[in-house]
Amino acid sequence: MEQQNININVAKREKDNKDLRVKVEARDLDLWYSDNHALRNINMDIYEKKITSFIGASGCGKSTFLRCLNRMNDLISDVTIKGKISVDGHNIYAPGVDEVAVRKKIGMVFQQPNPFPKSIYENVAYAPLMHDIVKKGSDCDELVENSLKGAGLWEEVKDKLKEPGTALSGGQQQRLCIARTIAVKPDIILMDEPTSALDPISTQTIESLMLSLKEQFTIIVVTHNMQQATRVADYTAFFHLGEIIEYNETEQIFINPQVSKTEQYITGQFG
Amino acid sequence: MEKNDDYFYIPQLKKRNRNGKIFKWVCASALISALFFLFIFLFDMVRQGYPAFTQAYIETEVTFNEDLKSNPYSAFDSDSFSIISRAWMRGLPRMMDEDPSLKGTEQKIWALANAEVDQYIKGHPHKLRDREQKIVDRMLEEGSIESKFNVIFFLTGDSKIPENAGFYSAIIGSLLTLLVTMTIAVPIGIMTAIYLEEFAPDNKFTQFIEININNLAAIPSILFGLLGLAIFIIFFGVPRSSPLVGGMTLALMSLPIIIVSSKAALKSVPATIRQAGFGLGLTRWQIVRDHVLPLSLPGMLTGSIIALAQAIGETAPLIIVGMIAFVPDAATNILEPATVMPAQIYTWSGMPERMYIEKTAAGILVLLTILLSMNGVAIYLRKKFHTKW
Ligand SMILES: Nc1ncnc2c1ncn2[C@@H]1O[C@H](COP(=O)(O)OP(=O)(O)OP(=O)(O)O)[C@@H](O)[C@H]1O
Ligand SMILES: [Mg+2]
Repeated sequence: MEQQNININVAKREKDNKDLRVKVEARDLDLWYSDNHALRNINMDIYEKKITSFIGASGCGKSTFLRCLNRMNDLISDVTIKGKISVDGHNIYAPGVDEVAVRKKIGMVFQQPNPFPKSIYENVAYAPLMHDIVKKGSDCDELVENSLKGAGLWEEVKDKLKEPGTALSGGQQQRLCIARTIAVKPDIILMDEPTSALDPISTQTIESLMLSLKEQFTIIVVTHNMQQATRVADYTAFFHLGEIIEYNETEQIFINPQVSKTEQYITGQFG
Repeated sequence: MEKNDDYFYIPQLKKRNRNGKIFKWVCASALISALFFLFIFLFDMVRQGYPAFTQAYIETEVTFNEDLKSNPYSAFDSDSFSIISRAWMRGLPRMMDEDPSLKGTEQKIWALANAEVDQYIKGHPHKLRDREQKIVDRMLEEGSIESKFNVIFFLTGDSKIPENAGFYSAIIGSLLTLLVTMTIAVPIGIMTAIYLEEFAPDNKFTQFIEININNLAAIPSILFGLLGLAIFIIFFGVPRSSPLVGGMTLALMSLPIIIVSSKAALKSVPATIRQAGFGLGLTRWQIVRDHVLPLSLPGMLTGSIIALAQAIGETAPLIIVGMIAFVPDAATNILEPATVMPAQIYTWSGMPERMYIEKTAAGILVLLTILLSMNGVAIYLRKKFHTKW
């Protein structure tokens, strides 16, 4: 059953695996939480307009690496980062780079849907207004509408844009968070277990949403759900104890893992 | 009735339920006794205080002539003279000045009775002599003594003549002091809390500061009075007894409380909201201003108002900076000598005349009313600005 699934995906992907372009490069990345060496020598190329998934057992450093990519780790005190991460060839950790500007280019969606306790409209409009992407008025309305459409939420909320975003269902809230993120027009969207707090139907909606979003965005997703990785991800990286053990096209990882640890993990022998 | 079988039987369940019940009743009785004492206190204050809201007046003949100007006492016969308030008599020349048409006429007006007459009609212990008592009894029968609403209590300041003593200058003094405290402590307190909670790096130094702020909140208030005396009065030369120095002293005292409660309000805003903001590339200030502050505002306001309510009831530090002075006229600005409500209550409670007992209780009632309304405002604001999420 699973095998079948993967085969279908393989066929589908053959087509769009041409002209790959590297979007994000991580080189010799090491990270310590005070003296806990949480990431070891990470080297990775992440491709543009693809979905890359991170899998691995709990505590292996997936979220930590994801947070490195938009400098969210800067918010945690006592973190030491060595090495380099470049986006389009520009080091995001270079001196003089403002992490706020980095995060505008690299948006993030979290595990728990976390809409602002404001109206649906304001949830989407707030950040673009702050970034001066649009001015208040019809431009802003249009951006809100397009973002909500992009997140597949428009039909459900178009009549209640003034209602609080927190009054939506969990799955709708998560799509609102995605709409809010794409409204800022980032290049890359990071998602840390975006469906782990959602029911299967909402999960499915979000997954198909991700597939449609990769036309415009590079998506990096952390997931504990192996089926999800096979369903959505073009590339998959397997993390273990702070290291990337194996990184390849998703089907290779799942059909033909090169490292025995990877195989053990995907066949459920640990994790 | 269904058959009661042993299927759901647990051996100790009866005992466990009984223990639970006993504990519940112990807690409930603690609440009941607390309410009981509160009720007794309030009941006693109202019982003692409410007579102060009325005052005896005597209908009397006054001849407005030139003599009255130099010696107002001369306008009365010896009968009325002994039962009418001296303070009221001394006000007659001014009454004539303000209304010149009174000059040369003879008027029947309601004159303020002195404290002893007032206490006598209220049935309290009094010092009227037999002769005066007879006069008062006769006047009561004729209807020329009446208890009227005591405007004096609300419109005049303190006085050594008990029937003329009022709470007005203390109320004004308290309001001016509170204004100073609020202007200083609320913005500084809230901004300090925002800095510490949202911006300051989490290191040994900020931890040290935070611990000490918590400690400050527990310092006996009288020490703040000594600090105010040393710094504001002696070093900076701020006028003694003024609402300015009192307000600044109370601000020192309220600051830690406002900081601690504002920090708690900020802490209660879920971290996920800040994360959401950072994930969108917002600056810390944008996140704090537009997402964190609106959520924590009700808590900050409540904390501030409660700190201010505590400040308004504070006596000890204000006594030290001289706000216990005898102040017959209300201060018109924050540099003039003033007294505050609790200090006035304290002064009255030590006065020998019987009438000050009811004034003391009435003062407490006024103070309590103001405190309760402040708490009411705090509850209202919390409801009004509460955002659901
Ligand atoms: N804020 C933090 N401060 C200190 N240590 C942290 C912090 N966040 C993570 N760690 C540590 O870093 C290591 C990697 O954690 P991370 O959250 O990246 O794991 P993860 O792969 O995302 O796990 P999960 O699948 O459970 O989310 C763990 O040992 C964790 O204890
Ligand atoms: Mg994680």
